[in-house]
Amino acid sequence: MVEPLIFEYHASGGRSFTVKAPEASDLPKQFLRKSKPALPAVSELQVVRHYTRLSQLNFSIDTHFYPLGSCTMKYNPKACNSLAMLPELLGRHPLAPDQFSQGTLECLYELQEMLQQATGMSGVSLTPMAGAQGELAGVAMIQAYHKTRNDHERNEIIVPDAAHGTNPATATMCGCKVVEIPTRADGDLDIDALKAAVGPKTAGIMLTNPSTLGVFERQIEEIASIVHAAGGLLYYDGANLNAILGRTSPGAMGFDVVHLNLHKTFSTPHGGGGPGSGAVGVGERLRPYLPIPLVIKTASGYSWAAEKDCPDSIGRLSAFMGNVGVLLRAYIYMRMLGGEGMRRVSEYAVLNANYIMVCLREAGFTIAFSERRASHEFIISVKKITRETGISAMDFAKALLDYGIHAPTTYFPLLVPECLLIEPTETESIQELDGFIEAMIAIRDKAYSDPEALKAAPLTMPVRRLDDVRAAKHPNLVWQPPDEQAI
Amino acid sequence: MPFIPHTSGDLSAMLKRIGAETLDDLFDEIPANLTMQAIPGAPEGMSESEISSLMHERAGTDGRPVCFMGAGAYDHFVPAAVWQLTTRGEFYSAYTPYQAEASQGTLQVIYEYQTMMASLTGLDISNASLYDGATAFAEACLMAVRANRKSTSRKILVPRTVHPYYREVAFNIIRGQNIELVDLPMLDGVTDVAALAEHAGQDFAAVVIQQPNFFGSLEQVDALTNWAHAEAALVIAVANPLALSVLEPPGEWGEAGADVACGEGQPLGVPMSSGGPFYGYMVCRKDIVRQMPGRIVGRTVDVDGKPGFTLTLQAREQHIRRSRATSNICTNQGLMVTASTIYMALLGNEGLRRVALASHENTRQLIEGLCAIHGITRAFTSPVFHEAVLLLDRPVAPVLDALAATGILGGVDLTEFYPELGNALLVCATENRTPKHIEQYVAAMTAVFTTEEVRQHG
Repeated sequence: MVEPLIFEYHASGGRSFTVKAPEASDLPKQFLRKSKPALPAVSELQVVRHYTRLSQLNFSIDTHFYPLGSCTMKYNPKACNSLAMLPELLGRHPLAPDQFSQGTLECLYELQEMLQQATGMSGVSLTPMAGAQGELAGVAMIQAYHKTRNDHERNEIIVPDAAHGTNPATATMCGCKVVEIPTRADGDLDIDALKAAVGPKTAGIMLTNPSTLGVFERQIEEIASIVHAAGGLLYYDGANLNAILGRTSPGAMGFDVVHLNLHKTFSTPHGGGGPGSGAVGVGERLRPYLPIPLVIKTASGYSWAAEKDCPDSIGRLSAFMGNVGVLLRAYIYMRMLGGEGMRRVSEYAVLNANYIMVCLREAGFTIAFSERRASHEFIISVKKITRETGISAMDFAKALLDYGIHAPTTYFPLLVPECLLIEPTETESIQELDGFIEAMIAIRDKAYSDPEALKAAPLTMPVRRLDDVRAAKHPNLVWQPPDEQAI
Repeated sequence: MPFIPHTSGDLSAMLKRIGAETLDDLFDEIPANLTMQAIPGAPEGMSESEISSLMHERAGTDGRPVCFMGAGAYDHFVPAAVWQLTTRGEFYSAYTPYQAEASQGTLQVIYEYQTMMASLTGLDISNASLYDGATAFAEACLMAVRANRKSTSRKILVPRTVHPYYREVAFNIIRGQNIELVDLPMLDGVTDVAALAEHAGQDFAAVVIQQPNFFGSLEQVDALTNWAHAEAALVIAVANPLALSVLEPPGEWGEAGADVACGEGQPLGVPMSSGGPFYGYMVCRKDIVRQMPGRIVGRTVDVDGKPGFTLTLQAREQHIRRSRATSNICTNQGLMVTASTIYMALLGNEGLRRVALASHENTRQLIEGLCAIHGITRAFTSPVFHEAVLLLDRPVAPVLDALAATGILGGVDLTEFYPELGNALLVCATENRTPKHIEQYVAAMTAVFTTEEVRQHG
């Protein structure tokens, strides 16, 4: 810790309050709090310095390269932020009547349309607040579809072993049973295992394509027909849409429902862990079940469609309309790019990934699924280096931090030992990519010449490797003042 | 090319290195019949100045009416420092702090946030936040079912005074897990404590208490908490965190305090922004922390013994536990929490208390002004925080339309949510409403009622 906690600053008197102290309240005493909360009492300058300094302890896209597989850490254009923060947009109450909402609603309506076009779906709901909530909406819609058809036995969701953790967790949350199926050595799904897994209990399958293994599932049409023939539906996890934007679409591949991570493909900020936004798109047969509210266009303008207009909907998933501020950022981004710009996204994302993959392969790194074309990401395994030097994928990750590069995703997918999942995105220049390749080679060389130095990495961060075991065994989750009386 | 830095020279050099002729070659594993040449119907791109004009125009269409609406989203003043700091690229464009060494800023902010929320609610442990108030409530219901060791019940008692959308969202999120939300009736705008007797001995996993409740009214939290605990049910508090700067915190309700508190963090420095992004907070007793969903930050030490922060207790989460996780939730609303932490640090206890009391006082003045109009009365006698229900002698919707025509958002029409209340209108005046705004509203309402009378009697 290089910056004290805000609570450790001395109380200062230089504060200005946003409002005057009101007269004594008429609230009955029985409802009032007797203790004071332990909030800081500091000046505005102290606050500004403290949080500015804290910000400087972070890596961020604005300061560092994040080749972080499956997370699509691309540049977040500044205009998206400043225009989404226009005072009228920030000040709009969620239940404001339509006459004070036409601007916002028109943006959201057009966003629904653009996402529909990009995914090849026939309806979109923007309400899910993150990818995992989009997944929940998707599985709930699949359940509603089967239920409407009196097909009550279908409670199994098929998930490949390489899937994101949220897929099985979502299926469980919806009350479904998870059936895991393996992936073949070439990175595609084991079709025989799929055939054996489907049946009258199959509600659906959740897939990412390109998969988390960084390759395009080539048998997708066959998979779609197997699952559909068995009476199940196909769910598309949109985490990897950046790889195919404008090239193909989940609709073309035969998917019935998709969720999109607007904070990945459509460049809304990750914000240090959220907010995300997980819009869902559906084919014709799932349209009645879309989560509400939706934006509709009528002769008199734009308005919301909710309970009355959508009686079969799976309902509301947030108090209001999801993360509108995030949706506006995605809208602005898509309008700036346009159709051509969106197609360029996948072209250059895939170009950058394949470039790094080829360079690292030439440099002697082991590429998982080496015979395959990389999508927007690919995997290397450092298992051989680990065996020979003791330097693990984790050590590579930590050492990269000292080169000013954020670590790639490590130890995911779980199938590939000592793996690093690398996704550069389209917004990085060749200079940045070459810097990463050089850093990887330098770390590999150091693994053989001076492994102890790597095990000590990172050395240039505000802290060195942290004791995670201690953190979990003796949880210290809340600051306690040295003198308890001080509360 | 917008946001793509490659020159044509870069492109050819990179393709050559890869061994590909064209960009199209890089997509050769996609079956040809699945590919498209363009996104059908997609618009052409716009320059930054073009999109800027468009967005200003659209924002202008929405306008800036004077807001007397609440119902879960509140128009509080946010000091300039909050979002200037929050939108620094180092917070705004940072990833989830899984690489702790490169994320100490975000992690320390969350640790400070957890400390502030624990203190504000009077409970032990806070998580790093959930999506919004409604989903936090849904997650609290799931958590209570898991955490109640004295009961195997999957039923939860939910008063009708809880926000109707929260109840709907909770139902939608947890229905797959066979959990039943049982309605508890209301009397005079608060939970009917006498009606609890009917449920005695019926075995519930938890009882929910919203404070202040959807109507702005103050619930008898001590009596409700004690009843729930006597019935071996856990207590889930749904509380406006700003109000807790003044009101008794959930951790001190009744003899033993609430077990879990959750709610909407928006009042603490987050703009209304059409309802999101907001964040849901969740705080609980120490002994049930392992049932809590969502990310949690802990303080530990590095290899040199230097203090630092890291995500912890991750064995609860989906990326480790997969189908056996406490929730499918992956994200927290990191940026919104950053804003709230800065907001609370700037205002401190005294600042928060002033905002809460000023909002209460403005609402009191508004109610007084409006109830002086013939045809408007208070719906309930119970004390309120900064929202109240008014009964009109005529349908609410046309009245709100008439107010809107003068640039005033007069409140939320409750007719559809609670038909049993009649012509009920929920109004709210935060500290952001000036005496002039309130006068303006009362004058406009008076005009509406007078004109109507003239028309009716003329």
